[in-house]
Amino acid sequence: MTPTPEQDFDALVESDQRVEPRDWMPEGYRKTLVRQIAQHAHSEIIGMQPEGNWIGRAPSLRRKAILLAKVQDEAGHGLYLYSAAETLGVDRSELLDLLHAGKQRYSSIFNYPTLTWADMGAIGWLVDGAAIVNQVPICRCSYGPYARAMVRICKEESFHQRQGFEILHTLSHGTPAQHEMAQDAVNRWWWPSLMMFGPPDDQSPNSAQSMAWRIKRFSNDELRQKFVDMTVPQSQVLGLTPPDPDLHLDEETGHWRFGEIDWSEFFAVLKGDGPCNQDRIEHRRRAHDEGAWVRDAASAYAEKHRARSEGVA
Amino acid sequence: MSEPRSTQEWPLWEVFVRARRGLSHQHVGSLHAPDATMALRNARDIYTRRSEGVSLWVVPAAAIVASSPDEKDEFFDPAGDKAYRHPTFYDIPDEVQHL
Repeated sequence: MTPTPEQDFDALVESDQRVEPRDWMPEGYRKTLVRQIAQHAHSEIIGMQPEGNWIGRAPSLRRKAILLAKVQDEAGHGLYLYSAAETLGVDRSELLDLLHAGKQRYSSIFNYPTLTWADMGAIGWLVDGAAIVNQVPICRCSYGPYARAMVRICKEESFHQRQGFEILHTLSHGTPAQHEMAQDAVNRWWWPSLMMFGPPDDQSPNSAQSMAWRIKRFSNDELRQKFVDMTVPQSQVLGLTPPDPDLHLDEETGHWRFGEIDWSEFFAVLKGDGPCNQDRIEHRRRAHDEGAWVRDAASAYAEKHRARSEGVA
Repeated sequence: MSEPRSTQEWPLWEVFVRARRGLSHQHVGSLHAPDATMALRNARDIYTRRSEGVSLWVVPAAAIVASSPDEKDEFFDPAGDKAYRHPTFYDIPDEVQHL
């Protein structure tokens, strides 16, 4: 008997093969991917704002060029992801409209302000570090275009994390005031970075289905633990201390145990009550509206040349 | 002149990159652009920020003709039962060399 499309799909996922755009897929799978890839893409382009804030004030030309390249990468990553989302039958402009209308989300980490130059270090080291831990398993996601986009992104992210570490290392070993600034940035970014992995497993309703579809490979808590285990030894090299009095090495398991996360803060920021939620969306909308003339000019130019070449033909 | 077309109507272009001389172009992703020139420029900025290529192709997605919707039907069946097209199909005595 010929297998049904659903059996074909299940067999593909089961055997760890990739689902490609024109394959039959369950509507729930498609919707989950559109939501996740769009949220991921939005995070990349909203994530340009907190760092864009410091491009004009970078302490040296070298740092400025690096930060500019990093923010350009984030624009590029957003575009890889919008391109992947479009293979699922949605249009990029439709996704941007949903973002601007507040109907699709972006990572709540970007709703925190960047108060000092050291925040550029903490974002690179902690926020991009957490993003890498989250994203590496997605390189093996069951949906081909998303997995391929993620391979490119992960390759490029590694410079982001290293430049952040370098900024913090330099500050931490500089004057006492510089060291204090670095420590202050780590104090502010540590907990929000741990929250980037999402709510604890027992409060994460969609995780099981995403794992079954092999969109997700590890649970939120597993990834969070992995991040902490990687990051604490790095903090020792930096000479900076994570702001967690309960942080300790569990000799038996080799894992770093961390204190209670304040999930009420996470849900408040997610709901829109973070320090910068309104600014981020307003800025994004303004940039989109103020850029309209550029898009119109490009369209008009293309139209003119099309008309001219048709006239010649 | 007609009204400018909105970005929503900008065609989709598929992007192919030749990583270096001697390799063929490989598909890397897609983008929207109003015309071929802009598509090429944007492809350069999006897909070759780290010198990933020495040559770029942009192809209107609408110009691509694809084999079949589910990528696994009878279209490819004719090759399925012709194992004799592969060298491993043949029984050759172990002592034979350079064959």
